[in-house]
Amino acid sequence: MKKPGAKTILDWKGVERVLSRLTHEILEKNRGALEIVLVGIASGGIPLSRVIRKKILAIEGIEVPAGFVDITLYRDDLARAGYQTRLKRTEIPFSIDEKKVILVDDVLYTGRTIRAAMDALMDFGRPQNIQLAVLIDRGHRELPIRADFVGRNVPTSRSENVEVRVEGSPEEWAVLLVEAPTGKGE
Amino acid sequence: MEWRRKHVLGLVDFLPEEIEFVVDTARSMEEVLTRDIKKVPALRGKTVVNLFFEASTRTRTSFEMAGKRLSADVVNFSSSTSSVTKGETLLDTARNIEAMKPNILVIRHAASGAPHFLARHVSCSIVNAGDGANEHPSQGLLDLYTILKAKGKVAGLKVAIVGDILHSRVVRSDLHSLGRMGAKLWLCGPAPLLPQEMARTGAFLTSDIREAVRGADVIIMLRIQLERQKTAYFPSLREYSRRYGLNREVFALAKDDAVIMHPGPINRGVELSDELADCGQSLILEQVASGVAVRMALLYLLAGGSHAAH
Amino acid sequence: MLLIRGGRVVDPSARRDEVGHLVLSEGKVKEFLAGEAPKNFPGRVIPAEGRWVTPGLIDMHVHLREPGYEWKEDILSGTRAAAAGGFTSVACMANTKPVNDHPEVTRFILDKARREGFANVFPVAAVTRGLEGKEMTDFTELAEAGAVAFSDDGKPVASALLMRRALEYVRPFGYLIMTHSEDPELAEGGAANEGWTARKLGIPGIPAAAEEIAIAREILLARQTDGRVHIQHVSTKMGVDLLRMAKRAGLGVTGETAPQYFTLTDAALEGYDTNAKMNPPLRGEEDRMAILEGILDGTIDAVACDHAPHEDYVKRCEFTTAANGIIGLQTSLPLTLALTAGGKVSPVRIVDLLSAAPARLLSLTGKGTLVAGSDADVTVIDPATEWEFRPEEVLSKSRNSPFLGWKLRGRAVVTICGGKIRHSCVPGVEADA
Repeated sequence: MKKPGAKTILDWKGVERVLSRLTHEILEKNRGALEIVLVGIASGGIPLSRVIRKKILAIEGIEVPAGFVDITLYRDDLARAGYQTRLKRTEIPFSIDEKKVILVDDVLYTGRTIRAAMDALMDFGRPQNIQLAVLIDRGHRELPIRADFVGRNVPTSRSENVEVRVEGSPEEWAVLLVEAPTGKGE
Repeated sequence: MEWRRKHVLGLVDFLPEEIEFVVDTARSMEEVLTRDIKKVPALRGKTVVNLFFEASTRTRTSFEMAGKRLSADVVNFSSSTSSVTKGETLLDTARNIEAMKPNILVIRHAASGAPHFLARHVSCSIVNAGDGANEHPSQGLLDLYTILKAKGKVAGLKVAIVGDILHSRVVRSDLHSLGRMGAKLWLCGPAPLLPQEMARTGAFLTSDIREAVRGADVIIMLRIQLERQKTAYFPSLREYSRRYGLNREVFALAKDDAVIMHPGPINRGVELSDELADCGQSLILEQVASGVAVRMALLYLLAGGSHAAH
Repeated sequence: MLLIRGGRVVDPSARRDEVGHLVLSEGKVKEFLAGEAPKNFPGRVIPAEGRWVTPGLIDMHVHLREPGYEWKEDILSGTRAAAAGGFTSVACMANTKPVNDHPEVTRFILDKARREGFANVFPVAAVTRGLEGKEMTDFTELAEAGAVAFSDDGKPVASALLMRRALEYVRPFGYLIMTHSEDPELAEGGAANEGWTARKLGIPGIPAAAEEIAIAREILLARQTDGRVHIQHVSTKMGVDLLRMAKRAGLGVTGETAPQYFTLTDAALEGYDTNAKMNPPLRGEEDRMAILEGILDGTIDAVACDHAPHEDYVKRCEFTTAANGIIGLQTSLPLTLALTAGGKVSPVRIVDLLSAAPARLLSLTGKGTLVAGSDADVTVIDPATEWEFRPEEVLSKSRNSPFLGWKLRGRAVVTICGGKIRHSCVPGVEADA
């Protein structure tokens, strides 16, 4: 359901197409699905990584190992995170040593979440490489982080928020741009 | 919910939501303990001081591990090597340490209310690791967490606690954590060690261990200390063990899938028979693991979690 | 010459409770005048319209801490606080350092009080040497030095045999032995009344039986020896019941209580407030009601505040380590006046509790009365004035009171001791230097 003032950047067909392209790019760069594992960043990256996994299965017939990581314990702003204190789950039920880890997140913004995710991954093992796949890159990087696979570049202002919906039936998928309630977008 | 407490002094005023929140956080912390690198940077740069005025290697080590797993700097201060024996007041000791700017003080003290007193006078967060005969909140929480992991729920379970109820701060914290989550609690011990007022908490009291253990889902045995008594509360350890020790015969009265717990250290052969301490239904070592996870959760929530709490 | 004009003169000894004028001259009460105030009075006039005029209040249970603990209180600061509270006489306990078990100490106290005191000081000497409960003190020499009674207060006399001997020994001389009634073994290790509140807070308890057993013992020994004994700071219901039984049986047993025991209960301990820590401890509501009942029916003879000053840092610590006791001289009167609410206790009874009875019990001639010829110790009380007991008001050296910040009703507005004004908060009436 659309909130008043929200702008649709991608409707469900748009999301579908972008995700297909993203999946193909991942498979092309990595020459197939054999050495890759998917790790979704909680919470926005989790449904996204599931969709990508499903698409890889459809294209290559391979079930790529998938897990998810909660980066709360690795944040650089813990003491100030007054609004976000519930820990989420981390589950990486396979070794990531020597694997090509595709980190998946819905929106790439300041880059701090990705930095924290990389720190967390390093504590799980030593991957061959880490690649980053995001659906939306909204700019305003505060760290030298870039995504390997980007669905769509969306210029935003700091007072806006990008909402990604990739759960439920595909007809409900969408990417929206909304005014952030407190002025600081996330 | 949002964590708002600056201190963890006792479970007496914890809402069920707060108890659940800690247990939930402990679950995430326990996952960290299954990794190869059992460390997260959440409390990097923070300092936790263990201020133990009563000897305790077990609890202190548990808090120390918890702090280190979160990358905090942990400093231990124990009374036998300290200025306390030179007559320094509790307040002065705490203030001296506070001047070195720790984030969290974990305190164990023989006087009930000592952590509450300190919380009024120092500015850092205080965690009560046991105050006199009052509370041991992290034990109450880890007992609850251990039972939840083993049984999936606590509500409706019969939990028997056997031992020196009068002097036990573990019992009092367990009454809050388990009772508030719906367990039916039975307290059992020799009459001089079983204060009748405890019935006001809703727990059942009995001096007959068979009555307590019959049909129980969980049996928590407490350590009995003879050295604690100047004028005896009961005749001898032999007599105590006969009446209040848990052995196979008495344990058979419990439910088939009943579990045994003990805050430690165990007096083998006194309150708990040798074989039962190590049997498959004993969760004693599980409690130790739960303890680190729960204490990580508490330290995390006090130091890193919510800015609003400060 | 002093004229205290137009006040309600309440004097139990003269069975007087009427408006009139009191004339003081040369340190004595000259006369009571009814009717119109004398005109052209050749002396100071203290207006007392709307106020009570009573014999100077006497607190028979005060710790002045001098000699030996002068940082907590001394004779000067203690009597100053007494005067501000309306007291013209105090009986001070023997647990000083050195203990008042020797006439030299008794004389020291009297001498200091004479030179510096704002009120009369009547020393109570120890029953046993060093308060150790083993050997009796030299009662006669101590009495001749000025001791008005004997008590090991602070501590009980643990041995029933010794208590018996002491009661028997002093009987022919009419000396009074007062007791801090407590069974030390039962009370040991406790820090608060054994009951639900202490249980909730995890504080080790002192059972009521510790006091009750000791009171029963004193009563039965008094009976055995046909002696006289005074029970200090009664705090339990059974204690009051035992006292009542003793009086009905015609035994020479009297008793006192302190305002904290009919004003507070152990609920005041919440939050581990060390200002509520004292011995005997604050008890339950049932005990509080029984104390009130005991005051109403005359079982309890006197109110004595057990003024026990302690410096900040022995109270600013964990509960079980904190020192026992609270100050009380400045709050005793208003808290006792609260008993008049609803007409339960008459002004005459209040004055009896706080003045006439203590004088009687301690055999203080000329005190506790306003009959002509008695000492010019007079308290003028405003029973209705409302005031807040703020820390700045405290004249004692110590501030350990659970009543700080309380709004109180009633207060001594002028205190006259030996004809000299020792305290006044009436504008125009200056205290004497």
